Amino acid sequence: MKPDMSPEDFSNCPRPKADYDRILLSHGSGGKLTHDLIERLFVAIFDNPMLDKQDDQAIVEVPKGRLSFTTDSYVVDPIFFPGGDIGALAVNGTVNDICMCGARPLFLSAGFIIEEGLLFEDLRKIVESMKAAADMAGVAIVTGDTKVVNKGKGDKVFINTSGIGVIEHEFDISAANVQPGDKIIISGGIAEHGVAILSKREGIAFETDTKSDCAALNGLVESILKIGGAAVHTMRDPTRGGVAATLNEFAGTSKVGIRIQESSIPVAASVVGACEMLGLDPLYVANEGKLVAAIAPERAEAVLAAMRKHPLGTEAVIIGDVVAEQSGMVSLQTRLGAWRVVDMPVAEQLPRIC
Amino acid sequence: MKFLDEYRDPEIARRIFGEIAKVTTRDWVIMEICGGQTHSIVRNGIDQLLPDKIELVHGPGCPVCVTPLEMIEKSIALARREEVILTSFGDMLRVPGKHHDLLSVKSEGGDVRMVYSPLEALDLARKNPAKRVVFFAVGFETTTPHTAMAVWQAHREGLGNFHLLVSHVLVPPAIESLVSSPHNRVNGYLLAGHVCAVTGWRQYEPICERHNLPMAVTGFEPVDLLDGILSVVRQLESGKATVDNCYPRIVTRDGNPAAQRLVDKIYGVCDRKWRGIGNIPSSGLILRDEFKQFDAECIFDLAGTEVDEPPECISGLVLQGLKKPFECPEFGRKCTPATPLGATMVSSEGACAAYYAYHRFSNQLPTSSATEDKQ
Ligand code: SF4
Repeated sequence: MKPDMSPEDFSNCPRPKADYDRILLSHGSGGKLTHDLIERLFVAIFDNPMLDKQDDQAIVEVPKGRLSFTTDSYVVDPIFFPGGDIGALAVNGTVNDICMCGARPLFLSAGFIIEEGLLFEDLRKIVESMKAAADMAGVAIVTGDTKVVNKGKGDKVFINTSGIGVIEHEFDISAANVQPGDKIIISGGIAEHGVAILSKREGIAFETDTKSDCAALNGLVESILKIGGAAVHTMRDPTRGGVAATLNEFAGTSKVGIRIQESSIPVAASVVGACEMLGLDPLYVANEGKLVAAIAPERAEAVLAAMRKHPLGTEAVIIGDVVAEQSGMVSLQTRLGAWRVVDMPVAEQLPRIC
Repeated sequence: MKFLDEYRDPEIARRIFGEIAKVTTRDWVIMEICGGQTHSIVRNGIDQLLPDKIELVHGPGCPVCVTPLEMIEKSIALARREEVILTSFGDMLRVPGKHHDLLSVKSEGGDVRMVYSPLEALDLARKNPAKRVVFFAVGFETTTPHTAMAVWQAHREGLGNFHLLVSHVLVPPAIESLVSSPHNRVNGYLLAGHVCAVTGWRQYEPICERHNLPMAVTGFEPVDLLDGILSVVRQLESGKATVDNCYPRIVTRDGNPAAQRLVDKIYGVCDRKWRGIGNIPSSGLILRDEFKQFDAECIFDLAGTEVDEPPECISGLVLQGLKKPFECPEFGRKCTPATPLGATMVSSEGACAAYYAYHRFSNQLPTSSATEDKQ
């Protein structure tokens, strides 16, 4: 510092900036910038009394019943894609995992790992989209965490969400409860999420009108349970590995055979086209807003009708049934009439799809 | 997609199945050359629905499967180099070399990237002037125009950091070699529609004449495949062989002359080793002398990468139609898509992988029937 500096010169000293258009390492350092980020972005947008307290933990009231508790991390690339973004996915994905056992989702946590340099505006969009998804699903994001890593040590943003829901029924809804005779129902067209992501991937990008099906399924689950009750033997959202992986899990865990008809599997023409171009089988491509259910035969039609009345289930169909033979195996009758195995996918060809 | 639906129509397919059954009086072995066709046949269950007298065997037309182990080792050696970005089609990344595959080199820090087109690799070269971008150029006459175009562009732009590791192969010499083998048991061929779209079918006419060998240029949809099979069976039954174009919506006799000229400008013909089969004279392509600066094998020292195949793997016999994947003792045991011993288990177009995915346990499945009433 120059010794002869007069006081007024200090006014020209650089002052710490309050507004940055990109996330800096110091946004995760626990200091003023972290505080600002939490205060002005997360607390302001997520906006609920439990988060507002800003304690190290959220204290929540839960209704009586068993709890459903789950966690998942989201690393999807790109972070914005047709039909959604990493924020909506992080909320919907965890809500779906909570509710597939028939639970009513209540609270989520959100942990962010942000790569230095992420546009503040992008983070804002993601957080707003999480809020919208949470409102839509009727859950609150009540606690969270933010870390910032050096440029190149992450990729824009990764989000972990955990969540709890309450189970207010006595049914045994699990992959181990699939029974011979059950009908396999799918809630709509498959493989849309995977195709939408790939259509924007660097190096693959292609034109398609396919959008991710990213959505919270708890409303649909509720209508299935209301009509199906104890006849609902299992439900699952076929994300990574697609419908093929989910059906193989059902067959393996419940030690039953599953037979499906190729001609009844709903796939949009644009998805068929994209999969052909990419050399993918839609049965193995990820969904983020579909569910597969095994329902006892006597209630299957009623459940199907209820699903079709729900906006997320208008295209629901029965795609096959469960048999006692061929335990652990999923088989498919092709359009031509031949039978073949639908195997568990070996290796995910497409990383970071969710 | 309306257009394609017609070629998937179960009704039409059933009619052709019926026709094939009607004209077949003797045992015939038919080979589909192309791995894409193998995949479609097995996936749709066409092989199960044909008359017992017709046996389909699966040819060497999967580029991943026939790329020799040395070339895989060379690609791995390249990927390990600091200055190299190695690019390739996805399936190549999982083909096991002697100890590693490209994916494990990537996990160790090698810059290995999957691309969908050689032009993408070219773009990487433009964007990374300090690096050398190598594209692992495998494939048949369908892919050669694309890699030729990439080299031509690089040449015009004076791009010095783009190279190909060339392992291109040609179909007609492979058929000639299979037909001339003393072990040959194939009576007729389904030619690969996409390959013929580029080359036309002129080149196949002399082979057809010399060996009185029925051939049908065939597409990939179920109805296309059945049309091709029906044509070959008819020719076999009548004793008269031609090259019949059963894919006229895509293929003409002369193919695509512009693409052929481009390929010819960039590449010359050379002998090439096919994995599992061995050396086939004049069956490969090599960059012409004017374009040697784009040839990774000339730019980098890749000598000393001779390797042996795992002794258990019989993929050579599978690729020649002499054995079925089921007959390999390691099929589904030591060798699975997650732990492949041979390349035919890696690529989804490989016969072993297709059988693993769709035909395992087929003895436990309900009986297939093309005329069955479906729900
Ligand atoms: S099953 Fe595996 S070991 Fe056997 S031939 Fe096929 S690739 Fe080779």
